[in-house]
Amino acid sequence: MATIILLAPLVGALICGFGWRLLGERAGQVIATALVFLAALLSWIIFLTFDGETYRVVLLRWIESGSLGTEWAIRMDRLTAIMLVVVTSVSALVHLYSFGYMAHDDNWGPHEPYRARFFAYLSFFTFAMLTLVTADNLVQMFFGWEGVGVASYLLIGFYYKKPSANAAAMKAFIVNRVGDFGFALGILGLFLLTDSIRFDEVFAAAPALADTDITFLWTQWNAANLIGVLLFIGAMGKSAQLFLHTWLPDAMEGPTPVSALIHAATMVTAGVFLVCRMSPVYEYAPQALAFITVLGACTAFVAATIGLVQNDIKRVIAYSTMSQLGYMFVAAGVGAYPVAMFHLFTHAFFKAMLFLGAGSVIHATHHEQDMRNYGGLRKKIPLTFWAMLIGTLAITGVGIPLTYLGFAGFLSKDAVIESAYVGNTGAFWMLIVAACFTSFYSWRLMFLTFFGENRAGSVGHGHAGHGHGHDDHHHEPHESPMIMLIPLGVLALGSVFSGMIWYKVFFGDEVAVRDWFGMEAAAHGEAHGEAHGAADAAGHSAEAPAAATGNTAAATGDTAAAPATEAPAAGAAAAEAAPEEAHSASAPPKGALVMLPFTEAEQALVDAKLDPKKVESAEHAPTTIINAAHLVPAWVKVAPFIAMLIGLFTAWMFYIRNPSLPARLAANQRPLYLFLLNKWYFDELYDWAFVRPAKWLSNFLWKRGDGAVIDGSINGVAMGIIPMLTRLAGRAQSGYVFHYAFAMVLGIVALIAWVTLSGAQ
Amino acid sequence: MDNLLSIITFIPAVAAIIMALFLRGDDAAAQNNAKWLALLATTATFLVSLFLLAGFDPANTGMQFVEEYDWILGLNYKMGVDGISILFVMLTTFLMPITIASCWDVKVRVKEYMIAFLLLETLMLGVFCALDLVLFYLFFEAGLIPMFLIIGIWGGKERIYAAFKFFLYTFLGSVLMLVAMITMYWAAGTTDIPTLLTHNFSSETFSLFGISITGGLQTMLFLAFFASFAVKMPMWPVHTWLPDAHVQAPTAGSVVLAAILLKMGGYGFLRFSLPMFPVGADVMAPLVLWLSAIAIVYTSLVALAQQDMKKLIAYSSVAHMGYVTMGIFSANQQGVDGAIFQMISHGFISGALFLCVGVIYDRMHTREIDAYGGLVNRMPAYAMIFMFFTMANVGLPGTSGFIGEFLVLVGVFQVNTWVALVATTGVILSASYGLYLYRRVVMGDLIKEALKSITDMSRREKAIFAPLVVMTLLLGVYPVLVTDIIGPSVTALVTDYQAAIPVSGDAQLAQH
Repeated sequence: MATIILLAPLVGALICGFGWRLLGERAGQVIATALVFLAALLSWIIFLTFDGETYRVVLLRWIESGSLGTEWAIRMDRLTAIMLVVVTSVSALVHLYSFGYMAHDDNWGPHEPYRARFFAYLSFFTFAMLTLVTADNLVQMFFGWEGVGVASYLLIGFYYKKPSANAAAMKAFIVNRVGDFGFALGILGLFLLTDSIRFDEVFAAAPALADTDITFLWTQWNAANLIGVLLFIGAMGKSAQLFLHTWLPDAMEGPTPVSALIHAATMVTAGVFLVCRMSPVYEYAPQALAFITVLGACTAFVAATIGLVQNDIKRVIAYSTMSQLGYMFVAAGVGAYPVAMFHLFTHAFFKAMLFLGAGSVIHATHHEQDMRNYGGLRKKIPLTFWAMLIGTLAITGVGIPLTYLGFAGFLSKDAVIESAYVGNTGAFWMLIVAACFTSFYSWRLMFLTFFGENRAGSVGHGHAGHGHGHDDHHHEPHESPMIMLIPLGVLALGSVFSGMIWYKVFFGDEVAVRDWFGMEAAAHGEAHGEAHGAADAAGHSAEAPAAATGNTAAATGDTAAAPATEAPAAGAAAAEAAPEEAHSASAPPKGALVMLPFTEAEQALVDAKLDPKKVESAEHAPTTIINAAHLVPAWVKVAPFIAMLIGLFTAWMFYIRNPSLPARLAANQRPLYLFLLNKWYFDELYDWAFVRPAKWLSNFLWKRGDGAVIDGSINGVAMGIIPMLTRLAGRAQSGYVFHYAFAMVLGIVALIAWVTLSGAQ
Repeated sequence: MDNLLSIITFIPAVAAIIMALFLRGDDAAAQNNAKWLALLATTATFLVSLFLLAGFDPANTGMQFVEEYDWILGLNYKMGVDGISILFVMLTTFLMPITIASCWDVKVRVKEYMIAFLLLETLMLGVFCALDLVLFYLFFEAGLIPMFLIIGIWGGKERIYAAFKFFLYTFLGSVLMLVAMITMYWAAGTTDIPTLLTHNFSSETFSLFGISITGGLQTMLFLAFFASFAVKMPMWPVHTWLPDAHVQAPTAGSVVLAAILLKMGGYGFLRFSLPMFPVGADVMAPLVLWLSAIAIVYTSLVALAQQDMKKLIAYSSVAHMGYVTMGIFSANQQGVDGAIFQMISHGFISGALFLCVGVIYDRMHTREIDAYGGLVNRMPAYAMIFMFFTMANVGLPGTSGFIGEFLVLVGVFQVNTWVALVATTGVILSASYGLYLYRRVVMGDLIKEALKSITDMSRREKAIFAPLVVMTLLLGVYPVLVTDIIGPSVTALVTDYQAAIPVSGDAQLAQH
């Protein structure tokens, strides 16, 4: 079943991309969409029936070289199951939505087919994303990682006639490559240290990494921390975290359904998925986790500040995405991986909906994206308005404090913030401030778009290439067709209910969470490391997930998920296959995630933060982050709600009550306003620090290095004869070249003759 | 078939001789005959070489299909292949029909053009099959001549300058190699390559002109061979002949040059430098690794500044060859596997990229990047194929380009993390120049008047690209096709190498 899920979108992409000339555009689109819906259906079946037991399906041999061995394989565990649902559901809805959105497009002439290409790209993206989330080794994940990068490149540059779209596509790919640079080094390092890149073997060796030092570049590093940071650099690129985020806002050049699918719900969350997937390693890399927390918090904050002042509706949502990704990383960084996944899960619904809603608005206003030209659209496009309203309520985290009733974002975001409070107080405060900003810019978007007077045409267009005469005459905004509204409705349901339904398993009682993710019950070990790993190995080697048998299965090229009855043999095989460093823990950890209990030092810190009364009445001691996060003081739980109210009230003051206020404030605080409007000047800084020097250096190396120095010296000294020869040859017709060649032959023959004759003596 | 290798090697030469003797005239019919005969001969060579692949036993790490005859002047004629060389033979026979098909529209001296390519194929195959020093040298050096002619006669405006630069650069290196070969004969008493592979050349440190030379004779021999192979690769800083040669060469010439001729250097390192002079190689390895890393960054940056499409791809070739030398001299299984893989894969990818340039050069007769833009509007099939190979060149997983680069980086990371770090920046730079080129040529609106009537690829052109696309994808998705064949031989090579060098290398590995 997993194989069908994985391959269906690829088949769809191929049929639609290459077969549409035969089948017709419409048929291609329908087939691609139908196959993604099939994948989505099967994903939900897997998601709802999955029992938490990890298994593995081997498809094909892949890279093999010495001790390096990988297969094309599917690893199915809870993490994968969650991602499958997220990816295929959003993708299926976006496919459906695109029927309406892409039906007419002014960027193309009447004889330029573009729809089949668009659907083929979307399906290809889905396939690449699915390989990423089902990967059972790091290199296959890297394949998916780059594959989504290419799909993203193609889709951002979909309007290839627009120079801005081409530039944005290139920028996205190259900035992502900077991240991949770190990711690749991380993989190389892991192979050096564990002699494997299969997840199971890497995870089994992870405890040993904490005690290993590795010489990397100029000094010694703790292996686990180094690997953690390197892999996270990859995650920073894909998930648009601070310093590698500049591509995401520009990526909004792509058609809006693309923004919803790739740049909100799925691809950009790949980094979060990576960190969660690698949790068995990160649990032994405290410094790397601290780095992730800090960077995530900074991203959440910075992105939120930029989002406050942007005028392009898609850019506001893009910065909001970046900010929410920061939230997820904070959760992962403090070790609350289920919480990170929870927010990823709910965010996929409401953010996809906000984007599709924005798309509906843009569609209604004939490709107008500047919010200053909206206003009063509530009456004109009521259904879109309601959908956007639900999305806004979800993202700002509306719910009833201290209960479990609320929109999806209320439950997941508060879970993040509570975890952050336990893990890192600084990050906690940044997230609270960011939550306030989130509320402000989300409501600002709502107020500017749907309330007030219609301001169509009040601000000139900053972007060219519409090819459509907005400025000549304005169409009346119209509601989108049903085929676009149905996906909005489905996502609205998700935005309302997904938090409440799955709260228990993501962030409920620790036992339930562990059970759901297939983890072992929390071991109350004293400390990290050997003891814990050994206990794992002893307790569960009999049940060791059969992945290690994959070695043998793969060697014979079989497609096999070894049955549980073979488990003892599997344990033995794992012990043999695991590298020497990992004697103490030869079996990989059970389940999808690893969450170690606090060390003593951490425990003391955590205990001081928690509400003592709650700790007393709790049945379990707060030895892990999930447990502890439930025991935070009440004010911590209410804080995000208050922040949300402040943001809402301010937005209301600014854009409903007193619409002249924003302009006056911007004039008063002009430097700050410009600073935010220009996105903290990251683009300018990078242009100055990287792009220009690279251009200068490349020219310098070419003209001076290759031209003057190398050619100058080598040619000048050794080949001073060239000018003479060329002068001779310049007059010569090409026939004379044969003479030179003949001379060469003679020379060679003479040399050979001399060798043989002198050698024979 | 006892003399399968000789048959494969000399089919093209026989065809060339037939053509030279029996084809008369220069009218359209004669041109057509010449082209069809060349295509037939190269295709036949490829088909026969499939028997070679079928009969090859990867588990046997020794020489297979060995033939040995006495030859003139007391020389030996000895041919054979092992896991390291067989795929180069296959690469050559596979690419030659494609090359011939790509020059279907040549109008000048067609017969001679075809003869040059056929002879070139024989000589290249000879290089990869020869198991005797003198025979190897003969093939290796004679291979220059047809290439020299192809550039010098059918090339662009500056062809004479480029041809001479190409010739002198490579020939100067060869002279040193010749001296080294004489020394080897003097030291070992034989020119038989399998015997030389097991011969222990002296590695006593001695001093020359007051300079003490670690590794002694082995280092000296290594350096002499290095001078030749490094130029052929080409390695930084002796790479500057390549861009000029490529720019001036006709499309088919560029394809052969990039796809096959450059591989002779890498093959030479694997056949001679590493196994015959392990101590010398070990002494020089850090230098070579650094030269390779510099090559990757330096030439990638230079590629970024190019205005000429062919020059850009030529510089990108140099960068990719940097991965090859780096892999070879990390001297471990992944590194060497990766280096061979990278050479095979680069054969398909760079060949295809030069063909891509050829497609639009045939239409517009310019290689200036600025002369193009927005081709996707009129040439969707071309845009797709060019995109595919650009991505393969960038090293996208799923294409063969990734496997080679990845294995090399895995290999070198175990030896020197600094070099690995510098080399890995190549993934950023290659994306930069690759996509920048693509954007300027293919993307955008079609504004330039001259391009408004440009036509998409013909059926013949598509057929030329099809096998390259298939191979690039196939090896990217299922690379064990290659690694199964080369694996055992590489293991033997690496094991012997590690056993031969004094402690240091092993100790370094064991630390981790």
